[in-house]
Amino acid sequence: MRYLPLTDTDRTAMLEAVGAPSIDALFADVPSDLYLNGPVEGLPLHATEMAVEKHMRRLSKKNLAAADAPFFIGAGAYRHHVPASVDHLIQRGEFLTAYTPYQPEIAQGTLQMLFEFQSQVARLYGCAVANASMYDGSTACWEAVAMASRVTRKKRVVLSGALHPHYAEVVRTMAKFTEDEIAGSAPSLTALPDDDGLITRIDDNTASVVVQYPDILGRIPDLQKIADAAHAKGAKLIVVNTEPVALGALEAPGNLGADIVVGEGQALGVGLQFGGPYLGLFAITDPKLVRQMPGRLCGETVDADGKRGFVLTLSTREQHIRREKATSNICTNSGLCALAFSIHMTLLGAKGITGLAAENHRLACIAADRLAKVPGVTVLNENFFNEFTLMLDVDARQIVRDLADKGVLGGVGLGKLFPDIDGLKGGLLVTVTETASLEDIETLATTLEEVLP
Amino acid sequence: MNQINQSGWKPGTPVASIDGEKHPTVTGNKALMLEEALIFEIGDADTYGVDLPYTPTDLPGRMGKFTRKGEIGLPGLSEPQTVRHYTRLSRQNYGIDLGFFPLGSCTMKHNPRLNEKVARMPGFLDVHPMQPIDTVQGALGVIDELAHWLITLTGMQSVAMSPKAGAHGELCGILCIRAALEARGDARKVVLVPESAHGTNPATAAFAGYSTEDIPANKDGRVDLDALKARLGPDVAAVMITNPNTCGLFERDMKAISDAVHEAGGLVYCDGANFNAIMGRVRPGDLGIDAMHINLHKTFSTPHGGGGPGSGPVVLSEALAPFAPLPFVEKAKDGSLRLIEEENMEEHHASTFGRMTAFNGQMGMFTRALTYILSHGADGLRQAAGDAVLNANYILRQLEDVLHAPFGASGPCMHEALFGDAGFAEGFSTLDLAKGLIDEGFHPMTMYFPLVVHGAMLIEPTETESKAGIDQFIMAMRSLAQRAKDGDEALLTAPHHAPRARLDEAHAARKPRLAWSEPEG
Amino acid sequence: MARYFTEEHEWIEVDGDTAIIGITDYAQEQLGDVVFVEVPQTGTEFTKGAEAAVVESVKAASDVYAPIAGTVIEGNAALEGEPELVNTAPEAEGWFFKLTMSDKDDLEGLMDAKAYKAFCDSL
Repeated sequence: MRYLPLTDTDRTAMLEAVGAPSIDALFADVPSDLYLNGPVEGLPLHATEMAVEKHMRRLSKKNLAAADAPFFIGAGAYRHHVPASVDHLIQRGEFLTAYTPYQPEIAQGTLQMLFEFQSQVARLYGCAVANASMYDGSTACWEAVAMASRVTRKKRVVLSGALHPHYAEVVRTMAKFTEDEIAGSAPSLTALPDDDGLITRIDDNTASVVVQYPDILGRIPDLQKIADAAHAKGAKLIVVNTEPVALGALEAPGNLGADIVVGEGQALGVGLQFGGPYLGLFAITDPKLVRQMPGRLCGETVDADGKRGFVLTLSTREQHIRREKATSNICTNSGLCALAFSIHMTLLGAKGITGLAAENHRLACIAADRLAKVPGVTVLNENFFNEFTLMLDVDARQIVRDLADKGVLGGVGLGKLFPDIDGLKGGLLVTVTETASLEDIETLATTLEEVLP
Repeated sequence: MNQINQSGWKPGTPVASIDGEKHPTVTGNKALMLEEALIFEIGDADTYGVDLPYTPTDLPGRMGKFTRKGEIGLPGLSEPQTVRHYTRLSRQNYGIDLGFFPLGSCTMKHNPRLNEKVARMPGFLDVHPMQPIDTVQGALGVIDELAHWLITLTGMQSVAMSPKAGAHGELCGILCIRAALEARGDARKVVLVPESAHGTNPATAAFAGYSTEDIPANKDGRVDLDALKARLGPDVAAVMITNPNTCGLFERDMKAISDAVHEAGGLVYCDGANFNAIMGRVRPGDLGIDAMHINLHKTFSTPHGGGGPGSGPVVLSEALAPFAPLPFVEKAKDGSLRLIEEENMEEHHASTFGRMTAFNGQMGMFTRALTYILSHGADGLRQAAGDAVLNANYILRQLEDVLHAPFGASGPCMHEALFGDAGFAEGFSTLDLAKGLIDEGFHPMTMYFPLVVHGAMLIEPTETESKAGIDQFIMAMRSLAQRAKDGDEALLTAPHHAPRARLDEAHAARKPRLAWSEPEG
Repeated sequence: MARYFTEEHEWIEVDGDTAIIGITDYAQEQLGDVVFVEVPQTGTEFTKGAEAAVVESVKAASDVYAPIAGTVIEGNAALEGEPELVNTAPEAEGWFFKLTMSDKDDLEGLMDAKAYKAFCDSL
């Protein structure tokens, strides 16, 4: 077998050194009636590299890749062009096959990268401190809720109705076990987000208010107004961002009163990958709360010779030391995805992220104007970045399927996201990034016209 | 210069001022060992390495009053600078590709490159999690096929695929247990965890609302069955056990433990971090386990990536299967695959405990793990476990005369060999030996874990190390053990040949500097 | 004034109704480099044995339990900026918090300096 270096000669010599007659004898502690004397039945035996590749390619071909169709799906995962150097660099074995940098003398590559990553995220979000990443945006969102409850010693969480419903569902699931009280609501189908409605739900018992920016319908809430209302009641404002490119154009949440900013970093460097692995981003504006933060943190220090270096720090918050008193049970971050994000962000710089955001917005505006001309279609949003909601007279999920049958990946029907709310079934969430050409937009418009009844 | 870095030294500047530097160079570089400054020091806001400008536009924007007012402050680099920056950083890292990585309980095995090639096929890499189901049948096929392998290898009923890493899987398993107990109206409050357990176990149980109590161990490093039985009762929801355990030993009484827990109305969680030792040799389902997470990044060779991403599917017994979280893949009558989510849940899905993540789990890890599993096949996986155990026993027996092996006398170990620091000279610790290993060109073993052994050194060679490589490691370890016993002072300041000497962790934690800012002076 | 010691390696300096509490030299030696101390807020009331403070070194975090019942008068603010005081002056400037004692009987059974030294030597 190509991944096993031991030869039979090696095995014989080593067994002799160990004093065991066979490898099976080393498993003497396994009860003999339960020990398997041969390969598990019902499973295939080993295969060549060529055969495995062929099998996997066949499975791959049964999927419609985004690059092979006009593509307008977003809703929490975004398709952007990833420069070739990103994927090359993350495949360097010293990054790819390294462990968590617990031995800093031989892990400065990962550690310096994490310090740069934390700094980039903090700046993008307008925050003081960011951690070294979490599993994904939805789990980061829950961790933010848990942190806010720890800090405020309150238990009531107000969720904006226009928070990604999967994020809301993760929060609800986890809160069942921590006994936080979750106050949710349905999203309003209005041209602007219902900020006032959200504000009226904040009371003195509220630990945190969770708002998505831009929201699940693509609209842009007035964060400062919500922050002021939350702070007046002693609550923390948690801002969720699922599309980091938007922050190349929109004001950073940390500059608009957010206390905790979390989000999904997948859009930069990581790729769609059918949902994972993704990259949870987590940052706070008040550095005094850093010891209440979940997740790994990398910090600057010096070595015994006085040279600058980096280490994982404040690790006493974590599970391997605090055990049942840890801030979170998480022990993995999303290191390689953080590297991809950081490299992509370095290639962009301030100028690149601003330009990329402008191009996304320009194309989204063109698409919204063009689609508004399709009979039976209206654009809901008054404001948006690269994602907006179309209102149709029919269930948009069927339209999405019909578009796919014609080779167009046209968006997400709101009925898929909010199955319990009948009033939202006509909504079609359309996302336009720099990867969509003007021809793609025209194809979407004409195909939509064909499939609408 | 700042509070942390008081000399103000940074890469690219002379190191003559730094004490102890022999043969200083003006750049601070040493031939192939190249120093690299931060992107904030070498980049600027006007530089970029992508295609710009995009089409300028005079269209009015639709972002209202919310556009960014100030500078973002993100430095950019050109593509050549970017490639060089990260290549230089990479060379300050140790990885499996470079050498032996005997990190106990982490299973740092070779990461086959076929896995990487397959994960990048457009049909896997470039597919959106919310695409219409007919356009992602291959992706669902990967999940379904991998699930079949995991269920069959473990002898369990079903598997929850969405957890993002081991600890997330562990949480998933415990939440399934709590949901199952609640469904039968049984509010138990205590989870029993062995002292030697991974720190995640108590952290997870505490999150799920349980108080934890230690399970005592017996002298040969295993769970004390009688003491466990004596503690079981109507308040015990579950026991969490690692098997093989963190001392590298197989829990001989596992089946009896499970039976006793079940009889007392509780459930059994197994931490599957060490599944690599037993895959294809014994099925956890046959040992009475109700839930076990599988670290695809350990057992099934997906890369650790410098700290993630991981992936932690959880195999479940019949008792727990109905409570698995959304989403999951199900085969329809016509043979097509469906993704069950909130939208299309049916009555028989209603007992799910909820959702743990936004999308479908770590698809990129599933493709890699399945590729690895298909390469090995049922026979190769069984052989891999056997070789991993053989390598560990070989190391145990080749070192037990120079290092204290607390459980060396209690029979063969599984996939990892455990030593303690007994016999080291006064003032010499496991840490010193580990830092000495760095100079010898190896990654240190796991240190000070499990907590039950003083100065623990947990060595896991995995099956992908050659005999010649292991022999060289043994030679280095014998030399270092002798130096630690003899009190060789050079060990106390090791490593001497790494990109950095020992780093001051107290300094970093007292005045944390966690993001870059302009120098103060 | 009298100084008492506990088996949890805390010292208690008693002056009338007031007690100053910190950890001993032996304790700081065991912890190693202290990097952070969380002291209780003024006005907090403790029962004997309640979790009162947290002390963190690079590798460990330990809870400090109130050895006697009382109400906090002051936490040592200096530890916020200089946690290393716990290492350099554990039984002086590195004190943790001051209490107004609610029950002087709590002091019964605690060790004096000599008994504590003997206790440490026996460990």
